[in-house]
Amino acid sequence: MSLAAAGAAAIAAAVRRGEVTARAVAADALARIEKRDPGLNCFTAVLAERALMEADRVDRVIAGGGDPGPLAGVPFAVKNLFDVAGVVTLAGSIINRDHPPAARDAAAVRALTRAGAVLVGALNMDEYAFGFSTLNSHYGPTRNPHDPARIAGGSSGGSAAAVAAGLVPLALGSDTNGSIRVPAGFCGVFGLKPTYGRLSRAGVALFSPSLDHVGPFARSIHDLACAYDALQGHDADDPVSSALAPEPVSPQLAGGVDGLRLAVADGHFATAAEPDALAAVDDVARALGAGRRVSLPEVARVRAAASIITASEGANLHLADLRARPRDFDPRTRDRFLAGALLPASALVQAQRFRRWFRDRARDVFRHVDVLITPTLPFVAPLLEQEHTTIGGATIPVRPHIGVFTQPFSFVGLPALSAPVARSGRLPLGVQLVAAPHREADLFRVAATLERDGIVAAPVAASA
Amino acid sequence: MRPPRPDDPDALASFVDSSAALLGLRLDPEMRAGVIEQVALHARAMALLDGFPLPDDLEPGPVWEP
Repeated sequence: MSLAAAGAAAIAAAVRRGEVTARAVAADALARIEKRDPGLNCFTAVLAERALMEADRVDRVIAGGGDPGPLAGVPFAVKNLFDVAGVVTLAGSIINRDHPPAARDAAAVRALTRAGAVLVGALNMDEYAFGFSTLNSHYGPTRNPHDPARIAGGSSGGSAAAVAAGLVPLALGSDTNGSIRVPAGFCGVFGLKPTYGRLSRAGVALFSPSLDHVGPFARSIHDLACAYDALQGHDADDPVSSALAPEPVSPQLAGGVDGLRLAVADGHFATAAEPDALAAVDDVARALGAGRRVSLPEVARVRAAASIITASEGANLHLADLRARPRDFDPRTRDRFLAGALLPASALVQAQRFRRWFRDRARDVFRHVDVLITPTLPFVAPLLEQEHTTIGGATIPVRPHIGVFTQPFSFVGLPALSAPVARSGRLPLGVQLVAAPHREADLFRVAATLERDGIVAAPVAASA
Repeated sequence: MRPPRPDDPDALASFVDSSAALLGLRLDPEMRAGVIEQVALHARAMALLDGFPLPDDLEPGPVWEP
């Protein structure tokens, strides 16, 4: 078995059967990271000692005839805003270097560890998650494994790139306006932003709390499902954690799409993109037999409201540091945080009231649709320093446009999954599947069908 | 404090200076231009929302349920 190309499920099965030890798997991942990461810059910390110790624990459980868990020996890594016991939670900043090391692991890290997975390191991100590029001035840019001259996307860029490059089969990130789905799309891997409140954010450095989600990345829909299932469960330590019982999606992957009402998003979602990104949606819709088109209203105002909420809440969290040490912020985020601090209270309240209005419109749509199909991204990954691009003959700034299709759904907390469209020899593009609240299972059924039929796929990046 | 019109540079600069002072934020010269640029974007976003009347009984959910 090639461990670089092996998925989480295959590794766990081999470890559980005793065909390979968890230590050998961890050592292989660590060696791969040491060799390949310098060219990509996914990792900000490699936790070799911890990884080997945890792998040994998994091997001891197996040797003793016990159950090491469904993700036995699977290496994983986390965006560096997840607490890792004994490690300072950087959240992409140098300011946080002054914080004490985390006392315990974040809830999501504990959940994957309980399932037998082995944490190997922490991953690069935009400072305080405020960006779609992972162009981090303190720690350097994370490069796209499909073309290192291009961005990985962000803010969970290290997470997506590490999975795309085959450094780890699983990673965790966070998503406020698209920060899981955007890098998943640019790097050609699967990424899930679940329903708001579905997965615990306890022990995660927040960015904009009323919009923050966490979720997994993987190179197959089965692996993504295994991770999501291991992460589910109410957590009293997260004030927005859903009280709903976990609903495992792994047993539902073979359910197919029969009985699901599928539609393609029209209007904004069918215009603000390069032809390639729209063609990818058409290919997916054709494969699924999804001919219906539906529109969501007022998307420009949705984006305005989401940006106001994000900037206000984000600035509030960092106000003390903005006052005391503004020069220690990444110049790429500093002006936006400062401007967010200046937003009048009425703007934030109006944005939150508008959010309620749009939530009701989204509920109307999802009374008649089970899964909505949109592009994840308007274009392929831009070059590292690319400032502008052209869409429909108009020149637009690249970075503010990246989240045009992801932001409206995190705004109202809907579950959304980015699946990489199979485009051999071309740069990755994702399609975004969106469902009603708590209907993640529908997303997984659609994505599994597309993967089975070869319409979406996430091979290890050839140039990695 | 009423936000300024996004297309009025003097009003934007004045708003940034006075509201930053109110909050105790010190804007060094090399930051100020970037902050004004961002505030102009926010002012456009606010104008978009201002142009969309909402009923008085529409309140943000005290407990957010997607």
